[in-house]
Amino acid sequence: MTDVEPDPLTIAGTDLGSRLLLGTGGMTSPESLAGALRASGTSLATVAVRRVDPVTRHSLVELLDGMGIRILPNTAGCFTAADAILTAQLARDAFATDWIKLEVIGDDRTLLPDPVELLDAAERLVDDGFVVLPYCGDDPVVARRLEQVGCSAVMPLGSPIGSGLGIRNPHNIELIVEQAGVPVVLDAGIGTASDACLAMELGCSAVLVASAVTRAEDPAGMAAAMRDAVSAGRAARRAGRIARRFVAEASSSFEGMVAPEGTDAV
Amino acid sequence: MSGGTCTVNGETQELAPGTTVAVLVARWCPSPRGVAVAVNAEVVPKSTWDRTTVAPGDAVEIVTAAAGG
Repeated sequence: MTDVEPDPLTIAGTDLGSRLLLGTGGMTSPESLAGALRASGTSLATVAVRRVDPVTRHSLVELLDGMGIRILPNTAGCFTAADAILTAQLARDAFATDWIKLEVIGDDRTLLPDPVELLDAAERLVDDGFVVLPYCGDDPVVARRLEQVGCSAVMPLGSPIGSGLGIRNPHNIELIVEQAGVPVVLDAGIGTASDACLAMELGCSAVLVASAVTRAEDPAGMAAAMRDAVSAGRAARRAGRIARRFVAEASSSFEGMVAPEGTDAV
Repeated sequence: MSGGTCTVNGETQELAPGTTVAVLVARWCPSPRGVAVAVNAEVVPKSTWDRTTVAPGDAVEIVTAAAGG
C-alpha cells in the first residue's frame, strides 16, 4: 500500500493529510493508544474535556503533542448548548486551538445528537470564532443547516456511538455528500474496516473512528486496517465505479464465437 | 477573619483569603499545560490565573484532556 497521499484532507484551510481521524475514547492504556495512533497514520485525534484527576500520572496532551498529532477537543457528554459552549471555551483556553468537535446529545442511551441544541451551539460558537466540526445525525436537512450557520465540516453518524453497526443509511450519507460544500466526515458507529471503506466510497472526505479501534482485540492491528480501508475506499471513489444494473452486462462479447455443430454460422 | 470554603471539581475545600486560581491549579496539576479553569461557569483565561482571586462560595472547575470524543 503506498504511503504517498496525493489528495490530502483539508478542513478550514488546514492540510490534515490523513483521511483517517482517531478518537481516543475507549482506550485501555496510554501504550495501547500510542500504538494505535502510530499504526493509523492519523494527524488528528479527538479528546474529551474532563475534570483533572490528581491520581493520573500520564498526560494525554503530552502523548499527542509528542507524536505530532493535532488535538481536536470534543464537547462529549454535553446535553445543552450552554454546556457545550462552556466546554468549547475551556478547551480553547486549555489547548490553544479554535477547533472544536461539537457534540450535543439528546439522551444517554442512544447518544444521538439533539439537532435543536446542536444548531444553536454551532451558530453561537461560529460567531465566537471557533472552527466548528459538528457531530450530527444522518439527516441531510440538519447537515445543510449546520453548513449554513458556518460549520467547517459536517460529521454525520453511521450508527450510534460505539455500536459498531456501520453505516445504517448509506443513501442519506450520499445525499449529504452530494449537497455539502464542506468536507463530510463519517463519525460514529464504524465497526470494522469495510465500514470505513464504504464511507469513503460513498464520497465522504474522511472517517473518524474510536471504539472500533480502541476496543478491538488488537487496536494497532485494527488501526492499520482502517488506514488501508480509508485509502482503498478513497481510491475507488476517485476511480469511478460502474453503475449498478438490474440485469447482467456481459463482459465477454458474443461476436466471434465458434458456432455450435449443425447450425448456421452467424 | 478566617477564609471560607470553595468547591474544586465538586469537592469542598478550605479557602485561605487571597488564594489565586494559579495556586489552586498548582495544588491539583503537576503542570498547567493542557489545563483550563472555570469559576462559577465562566472561563478564567490562563494568562489571568495568577491575579484572579477565588472567593468563598465559588465553584471552581479545573479540566484537562481525557480519553474520549
